[in-house]
Amino acid sequence: MKHQYLVTAAAIAMGCALSATAFAGGPVDEQLVIDGEIEMTTRTESVEGHPLDEVISGWHYRTKETRALEADTFENPAMLYVEEGQDIWNTVEGTEGKSCATCHGDASESMAGIGAHYPKWDADSGRPINIELQINKCREENMGAEPYAFDKGGQKPLTAFIKHQSLGQPVSLDLAEGEMQSWWEKGEELYYTRTGQLNLSCATCHENYNGYYIRADHLSQGNANGFPTYRLKQASLVSIHNRFRGCIRDTRAEFPAAFSDELMALEVYVTWRGTGLSVETPAVRQ
Amino acid sequence: MVFSTRKWLAAGAAIVATTAVAYSETAPGDVAIEDGVVTESLTGQPGDAMAGRATFADRKLGNCLACHAVSDQSEQLFHGEVGPELDGVGDRWSTEELRAIVVNSKAIFSDETIMPGFYSLDVGVHVREDLVGKTILTAQQVEDVVAYLATLKE
Ligand code: HEC
Ligand code: HEC
Repeated sequence: MKHQYLVTAAAIAMGCALSATAFAGGPVDEQLVIDGEIEMTTRTESVEGHPLDEVISGWHYRTKETRALEADTFENPAMLYVEEGQDIWNTVEGTEGKSCATCHGDASESMAGIGAHYPKWDADSGRPINIELQINKCREENMGAEPYAFDKGGQKPLTAFIKHQSLGQPVSLDLAEGEMQSWWEKGEELYYTRTGQLNLSCATCHENYNGYYIRADHLSQGNANGFPTYRLKQASLVSIHNRFRGCIRDTRAEFPAAFSDELMALEVYVTWRGTGLSVETPAVRQ
Repeated sequence: MVFSTRKWLAAGAAIVATTAVAYSETAPGDVAIEDGVVTESLTGQPGDAMAGRATFADRKLGNCLACHAVSDQSEQLFHGEVGPELDGVGDRWSTEELRAIVVNSKAIFSDETIMPGFYSLDVGVHVREDLVGKTILTAQQVEDVVAYLATLKE
């Protein structure tokens, strides 16, 4: 009985190895060039200490039609939000009578490359902040305006507009700043922690099974380089913390608040995993 | 007063539990997996293969199709490829082995397997509040799915 069981188990292990090559959709072998001009790095050797040899953008796991939408800024539905973000950039708000442009001028110069290095250490609050929180900081401290609530007001379009100024730039974080390293470590721990009734971690899906279909969904490595991302399913922009919460919810777990220590640590770690990939904001996903 | 109300509730719970025992349903913590098998039916009743077939596909129940393809359900649009195809799985494993796999795959394959334990309380952290202490499938649903798997012969 026991012997038979072991033999069966071995047969299954072989079956798995075979199906990996026989059925897995895997990432497509193509290059993303935006508007026929900007050559994007969507596959690259991973940074030292990374568990995978190669990091691959979620773009490679999407359908031909979805990939085409991202390659053409006229077709990319999220560019409307980027334009909305540009308007917000130039709009005066708050008691100080200032807009973003009052201090930062032309975003195509002042914000070029900036979004590729967030989250970064914020000495004032003693924690890492992302673009969303940097915007809120400017609104409160410099404009005399209310901070945006999560995913509300101009938060998503303005974040997308700022990140878009780094289109094509390689993601890289400075983990030497402040206590970034310990936040990275906390993020790593969370990445491998199984949550919920389904008992899955980020790594279970995105590290062990990227390239496979899970029902109708083609699993990618779950990189953050395209956020805020346009999701066709939702027909709108989706923020990175919204995506994290959605993935955690799918494990049938309670999910942490947006901008909580947990999700900021996860953002530091997940963004780091995508080191070297081009910023794709606004990416188009399913 | 509050105390005695609690006591009363506890007594109520005990009665519910007793009722469950009357149907001889094995609680998740009491299922013995030994040598890769669960020998006894969890409910003392035979499973219903047709009900199991539906549970297998239902996204809110087994959602087994998320990870396993099976030709018997070709009417369903999407079959996942994370786990092995289940055609002929009833030849490869006995009913007792299949029951153990569905109850708690972690005890059969490895702690690291992606496959959830469908009648196990060995779950991840921060389980959604309304699901705490609950298994993914009921004992009868497990028996139904096992009966269905046993029909998958080549
Ligand atoms: C049950 C499987 C599953 C788990 C567990 C899971 N995800 Fe996902 N995730 C998906 C699916 C499906 C998608 C959409 C397709 C894709 O890009 O992989 C996705 C997409 C993403 C994306 C967007 C990728 C892109 O290119 O736009 C990110 C980022 C992400 N996940 C991060 C995470 C993190 C962080 C965790 C853990 C907190 C996690 N995921 C847990 C299934 C999962
Ligand atoms: C999230 C993925 C996932 C889900 C959902 C899932 N499984 Fe699995 N299953 C696997 C994997 C992966 C294996 C192979 C063992 C391993 O690699 O850990 C497996 C193995 C099996 C096997 C042994 C396969 C063989 O060919 O001998 C059976 C039987 C099985 N699963 C049944 C089920 C049933 C029934 C359900 C739903 C009630 C289910 N699985 C849900 C991933 C899954």
